Amino acid sequence: MSEALLTVDSLVVEYPLPRGRAHRAVDNVSFSVSSGQTVGLVGESGSGKSTIARAIVGLAPVTAGAVTLSQEAAAERKRSVQMVFQDPYSSLDPTKTVGYSVSEPLRVHRGRELGTKEIQARTAEMLEAVGLSASAASLYPAQFSGGQRQRIAIARALIAEPELVICDEALSALDLSVQAQIINLLVQLRETRGISYLFISHDLRVVEMLCDEVVVLYRGRVTEMGAATSVHARPQHPYTRGLVAAVPEIDPAQRAASRADRERLRRPVSPAVALGESCQYSHRCVFAGDECLQSRPALRTVDSGALVACHRTEEVARQLDDDPEIQTQAMTPRA
Amino acid sequence: MSVAAPTAPQDGTDSAGGSVAGRPKSITRTVLTSKRGVLSLAFLVLIFLACVLAGLITSGGPDAQSFLVVNKGPSLNHLLGTDELGRDLLTRILYGGRASLIGVAEAVGALLIISVPLGVTAGYLGGRTDKVITRVADLIMSIPVIIILLAVLAIFGHSMTTAMIAFGVLGSAGVTRVIRSAALAARSEAYIDAARVIGVSQRDIIFRHMLPQCRGVIVVQTALFAAIALGVQTGLTYLSLGPAPPAPTWGGMVADAVSQFYVAPWELVPSGAVIALTVIAFGVLGDVVRDAIAETHSGGAAVARRRRRHQPPPVVPAADTEPLLTATDLNVSVAAGTREETTLIQGIALSVLPGESLGIVGESGSGKTIAMKALAGLLPRGTAITNGSIRFQAAELSSGDESVYRKFRGRGIAIVTQEPMRALDPSYRVGKLLTDLVHSIDRCGRREARARAIELLRRVQILDPEDVAQRYPHEISGGMAQRVAVAMALAGRPQLLIADEPTTALDVTVQAEILDLLRQLQRETGMALILVSHDLGVVAEICSRVCVMYAGEIVEMAPSADLFAKPMHPYTRALISASPRSREERGPLSTIPGTVPAPRDWPVGCHFAGRCEFTTPACTAAAVELRSVSPTDMARCVRSEELFAASRSVPTNEVAS
Repeated sequence: MSEALLTVDSLVVEYPLPRGRAHRAVDNVSFSVSSGQTVGLVGESGSGKSTIARAIVGLAPVTAGAVTLSQEAAAERKRSVQMVFQDPYSSLDPTKTVGYSVSEPLRVHRGRELGTKEIQARTAEMLEAVGLSASAASLYPAQFSGGQRQRIAIARALIAEPELVICDEALSALDLSVQAQIINLLVQLRETRGISYLFISHDLRVVEMLCDEVVVLYRGRVTEMGAATSVHARPQHPYTRGLVAAVPEIDPAQRAASRADRERLRRPVSPAVALGESCQYSHRCVFAGDECLQSRPALRTVDSGALVACHRTEEVARQLDDDPEIQTQAMTPRA
Repeated sequence: MSVAAPTAPQDGTDSAGGSVAGRPKSITRTVLTSKRGVLSLAFLVLIFLACVLAGLITSGGPDAQSFLVVNKGPSLNHLLGTDELGRDLLTRILYGGRASLIGVAEAVGALLIISVPLGVTAGYLGGRTDKVITRVADLIMSIPVIIILLAVLAIFGHSMTTAMIAFGVLGSAGVTRVIRSAALAARSEAYIDAARVIGVSQRDIIFRHMLPQCRGVIVVQTALFAAIALGVQTGLTYLSLGPAPPAPTWGGMVADAVSQFYVAPWELVPSGAVIALTVIAFGVLGDVVRDAIAETHSGGAAVARRRRRHQPPPVVPAADTEPLLTATDLNVSVAAGTREETTLIQGIALSVLPGESLGIVGESGSGKTIAMKALAGLLPRGTAITNGSIRFQAAELSSGDESVYRKFRGRGIAIVTQEPMRALDPSYRVGKLLTDLVHSIDRCGRREARARAIELLRRVQILDPEDVAQRYPHEISGGMAQRVAVAMALAGRPQLLIADEPTTALDVTVQAEILDLLRQLQRETGMALILVSHDLGVVAEICSRVCVMYAGEIVEMAPSADLFAKPMHPYTRALISASPRSREERGPLSTIPGTVPAPRDWPVGCHFAGRCEFTTPACTAAAVELRSVSPTDMARCVRSEELFAASRSVPTNEVAS
């Protein structure tokens, strides 16, 4: 593997609360993205996944730790890292033409050297690359559907030839059929342009499909990270197991298996407690013991090859995976 | 379904979500197409030009006296009459208007120069800058304006310019705050973040992205302030605090006219009318602009009020197994009865048996939400049922009689919506909300109601119901709030629960919990369930029967297992194939080319024909009926049997190949 394009090292992001306290949105998170790689950040709301993205592009404060880019990328930081936002309706300025929005990064970073003609030509080319017609440049965002707007946002992110594109829930607001179009587009652009993605999503299915590596977050901390296929097929942390089992399935066999898994992992809901030096998942975990409440588990490598932050991974695996029913669930490929 | 490459757009004329897309009408255009806008603008322009060109329009100066025509009414020589010194009123109004309009311009200029940069900066930068600016603005707003103006006039020897600039400066405080709020709202838009990520300079962000967003507010505030400034200018000149007497001013003319009121009452009319009309014109212009802004933001105003115009069909005799709820041939239109009438859903026919769970699934623009709202009697303003019937047990619900619904709502039919937080009144504790509800439904004592409320919370698997009952809605999580909303729905022991995207706003783990809960409750209570969702998986998890909607119609309806294993409509198949799947099955996902047609653009025949790979001339010739295509499956497709009867595999593999 070459030098990492992006390294996030022990990142902490805190937001101040009244009376001198602070809310720690991201707590000691480390991972890296190599050139050409796609890394997924998965977690539910409040897991800190979007905050990490915002910290990388400078929209959130870095309280401690570091976000570093490779030397080349760091030289033109604002050009080399671009972002696609969740809501294609609010991420484009409604008062500006599509051409204006898409060409803006090029004007900002290379306007002097390129000149108006060349910028126009590249804008047209970029619009066509994302499957729109060049004439779209003179129209306004309101004249496009959600899927088309997300294409415009992607065109804007790619036009200045960034090395890394951060997709923050870029598919969540889209309908299924449109989502498929955008997934295909992202894959195609990755292959033709060698872009790396940091792909943030709550949808495990999409992450597994698009990403090489996946980082699972819960309450601002990493709970599990490793190869996307392995984390999806053989989740180790109780939270990741719950996450995989929670995906609604249309296949009856798989649905039954997921349901059985959920039964095993269920614990009646209780309000979350303040997170001190306990495991971040202890209040929801059926396997939580004293040690889980008293000390914070470190990330360590387990048999599946993933890094897992759980004191009791092996025991959980013994209890759940020895059950033949679960085994089949994890192994069954989709019919 | 072919593995289609992303499709090129049609020259940008398509639309999403059933809304009619198009170039947003510019504010200027909207103002110019409104009668009030044109009238007020034309009046202001006319006054302005007349004042500027006063020397050309009128003969003789404003001070030219003629003692032959003192205190006369309108005549050919003096269109508006003359005053007590025989001066022409029209001439004086026009010359006096110069001073008035210059005064207004000075005040507005000072206002804009101060409030726009400060307001936008405060909104954009926030933090300390914002605090300092708003505090200073608060301070200035507390200063009594009229006293300051009198002091300024005294100090600067009746200089109206100084006074009006001072008025603009004082007025800028309030306007700064208004602009700041608009900028603050614009600041939270994602495209401002996007511009920052791209690396756009702060100056460009403020001037190119934030300012256009605030311009509407600025225009409105300017127009309103201009009206006030004119009032103040006139008031000051009326008190002779402006230019010395021979000089014409509107306020001075009013004062003169008042002194002659018993001799020549007419004299008050010209000056009074021009002041009143100018103030009104500024106000109306402000209003029109504000409405225009609201319209561009909402993407078109709702036209018609809610209305019904059909007679429900006669009651059909009951079948053997009596369905709980039956909808027959249901049409819902927006702006019914006007030229703009557009059908949103058509020919919806479905029924729910007691204890059954029916899923309604579709993408945005499919009409599933409108269908659900029609069933629940919650159609938004401007839409109405234009055909068909909805029967709940023996009662006809589609008559438009609100009292019929009231009888069933809560008890017979309960509803759970997408956003649980909005369903709970934030000012009451959860326990009180539930207790009040039980109290009004069961008409039982307080203590009894309280006990049942706690029992309901326990029923929705809340671990510590006593504790949760003590909390306010904002103190519980989204998942917990949805449980409370379900508990409230259960309070009336409903026979039918309609859930509209009940888990869409929730995390996937919480979603699974809520779905498991709904399934269990259904088993325990025997209530029927209609679940509306865009997610095939969610519907598959919980529903025994599913109907798929596309562009306002039901395109397929079948038992859940059959529908997902062997879909009979090309759209259902395409939708299943577009679902993300495991990485081992490489290759691009199947996609559906094009977009859902907007209600106005529905084709004559099959609504899916334009995007379907199996389209033949028969598909577009005439409307396609929903019909039985297999023992269990109904589909709205002329080719279902021919295309799919033989296939047995799950479409993912078959279709992608």
